[in-house]
Amino acid sequence: MSRFIKIAAAITVAGAAAAAIAGPLTGLGRTATPKEIAAWDIDVRPDFKGLPKGSGSVSAGQAVWEGKCASCHGTFGESNEVFTPLVGGTTAEDVRNGRVAALVNGRQPQKTTLMKVATVSTLWDYINRAMPWNAPKSLTTDEVYAVTAYLLNMGEIVPDDFVLSDATIAQAQQRMPNRNGMSTNHGMWDIKGKPDVHSVACMKNCPADPVPRSILPEASRNAHGNLALQTRAFGATRGVDTTRPAPAKLGEGAAAPAVAMAASAGAGASQNVAPAAFQANACLACHGVDSKVVGPSFLSVRAKYKDDPGASARLAEKIRNGSTGSWGPVPMPAQGHVKDEDLKVLVGWILAPQ
Amino acid sequence: MDKPVRRFGRIVKAPENFLDRALIDEINTQGLDEQRRGFLRRSFLAASAAMAAGSALGQDRPAAAGDGDPHILTLPEHSRTLGRPVAAVPYGLPSKYEANLQRRESPGLTRVAAASVAFTPLQGLFGIITPSGLHFERHHQGWHDIDPTGHRLMINGLVRNPKVYTMDDLMRMPSVSRIHFIECGANTAMEWGNVAVPSVQYSHGMLSCSEFTGVPLSVLLEDCGYDKRTARVVLAEGADGSSMTRTIPLDRALDDVIVAWGMNGEMLRPENGYPLRLVVPGIQGVSWVKWLRRIEVGDKPYATKDEAIHYMDAMPDGSYRQYTSIQECKSVITTPSAGQRLLGTGFYNITGLAWSGRGKVKRVDVSVDGGRNWRTARLETPVLSKALTRFNIDWEWNGAPAVLQSRAIDDTGYVQPKINELRAVRGTRSIYHNNAIQSWQVAASGEVANVQVY
Repeated sequence: MSRFIKIAAAITVAGAAAAAIAGPLTGLGRTATPKEIAAWDIDVRPDFKGLPKGSGSVSAGQAVWEGKCASCHGTFGESNEVFTPLVGGTTAEDVRNGRVAALVNGRQPQKTTLMKVATVSTLWDYINRAMPWNAPKSLTTDEVYAVTAYLLNMGEIVPDDFVLSDATIAQAQQRMPNRNGMSTNHGMWDIKGKPDVHSVACMKNCPADPVPRSILPEASRNAHGNLALQTRAFGATRGVDTTRPAPAKLGEGAAAPAVAMAASAGAGASQNVAPAAFQANACLACHGVDSKVVGPSFLSVRAKYKDDPGASARLAEKIRNGSTGSWGPVPMPAQGHVKDEDLKVLVGWILAPQ
Repeated sequence: MDKPVRRFGRIVKAPENFLDRALIDEINTQGLDEQRRGFLRRSFLAASAAMAAGSALGQDRPAAAGDGDPHILTLPEHSRTLGRPVAAVPYGLPSKYEANLQRRESPGLTRVAAASVAFTPLQGLFGIITPSGLHFERHHQGWHDIDPTGHRLMINGLVRNPKVYTMDDLMRMPSVSRIHFIECGANTAMEWGNVAVPSVQYSHGMLSCSEFTGVPLSVLLEDCGYDKRTARVVLAEGADGSSMTRTIPLDRALDDVIVAWGMNGEMLRPENGYPLRLVVPGIQGVSWVKWLRRIEVGDKPYATKDEAIHYMDAMPDGSYRQYTSIQECKSVITTPSAGQRLLGTGFYNITGLAWSGRGKVKRVDVSVDGGRNWRTARLETPVLSKALTRFNIDWEWNGAPAVLQSRAIDDTGYVQPKINELRAVRGTRSIYHNNAIQSWQVAASGEVANVQVY
């Protein structure tokens, strides 16, 4: 009897601790094969564990860059059009010191990737797993080495004749401009870590000044669309009609136009709204309907080809295989991922919107 | 007001005695037929026109006068006709009158919609559970709707037996269901330097809370025989184009991390990682890897892109704090909040949300005078660890300008700081982990605006 109680007590204690698990998970899952692990285990650590053998030169990287990277990141990695810039803001002195001075003196308000990143493995790993943007994991190992070398070269971290490889990558690490710029001396990793900001919960006559130090700039009042259409048209409050200036008196805002609730859903059927295929194929990353982003606007493409009877075939070819020189120096990369039926929709809409 | 404004759920002010006594008697004794209904309508329209000037005083104030509200006196169509059948909408949708509350992007924040954010409309939500369709979105390389029959989870690295699991395997395992908040590390990022956005949706809307169902990661790590001597961290990796990776401390992985497929009673939504995501309670959302395909057990952090280029906190001395992960205690008033307009003086229920990545919310205080004096709010149950907690407090607005604030304290005793206290330590360029007290200024007009006070 006493033994039974002891066992019961032991079970209770075990049950209270974390999630109680009833023994082995018989029949669930199977051992991964070496090839399966190799297919997915692609991560590369700062100590280069996981880095595959291979190499690539700066000049080979330039070719990859111009074909597959420059359209979003700019010819020199400086573009701020699609993503934040990769290159810029680092100096030869930073390369020597391993600290980026512009992060302290604020000379370069727009921080670039090379200003921030401390570990060259991070660049290699991310390019390998996620680039190019619209065809991730399509680069060969040597192409990843090469384009990483070219990126470092644009930042004047490695010389023009540098060949980045599993053997030389440690040298590149020793020249990373912000390699000494990281700190893990904070309390936000460990659940029991010590907070760095200490406040006190004063309740009465606290030292506080209710006069605002910062208010929303007037230009931002309606920048997120009309807030009257972004909350319920009944209940404790109403949304402010941000298409109008702030009212001076209570009740004035009440004369706002009736809230057109359902109308706010979706963008409507304007002829300048691109079909979903544009979004789905990431076209809008580089093209606007009526504004230049990286590439030309669709309206300007339409204008250019309006009298060209062979425009459909020509545009389809340019989308599928890429194109350069038609609209300036930035090439359009090949869009091999676009399905044939989508290609028809895209070309058809660009030339004659529905 | 040249035409009647349609408003919902509120009694429209009616003039005294707009119905003629004889007509009322007739309706009372003989009921409402088409002819009498016509009288009613005409009488009311005439009376409304006469009342038009009165709405200047209106303050959207309810009033019942005369014989009452035509919404009561004239039975609406839904009270007189047959409604729609069951399963007319096999997977239910919100009322068409709720269409204003949507996830929305913040213009100018990102230029590529596949690597962007859509914010949760906190201003319109109740309680602590975020409707799954309004859960905030953050994708790094677009989202996919992945066929679960082909989805696999691999566990490898410092384990005795690296394994592959199908969804069938995982969903046979001993599961848990727990309510947790998820907040992006960059929530409120735009407000580090100054006020930048007009409503709580954009200032705090990278925040959601759901009941997640899945198998504890500790169960899987045990099943693969992780190396208890050398393991220090795990790397979580997604199956999307970016194959997003984040390092998670082993003690977190063994504590309350869940490999989840369920969210609020249904499967995860595709935008939230269908069919499998990691739930890392208390840790910023970027670590809750979606479309989870792999867990690697390791002995050192990985310095992945989202822990070596982004999601690092910039300090005033030019250094970066790397691997900042825990979402410290924070709160915000959701109603009344910026971009809203009070309807008049009188009673309001100030309501909001509080949360802590280190445990439970112990207390929330509310100030209506910009932080000079505070009252303790009511915490609604349940109050759960690393979950949103709803607070409420009564307030009678007298029409004078006011500044509303909430301040949360968690069960470690940590007090949510003022924005100037946060800046004194971390400067203004951190981007991430802004958990400052939020101030909403109520103007005499009733309009509520986003402000910062010290």
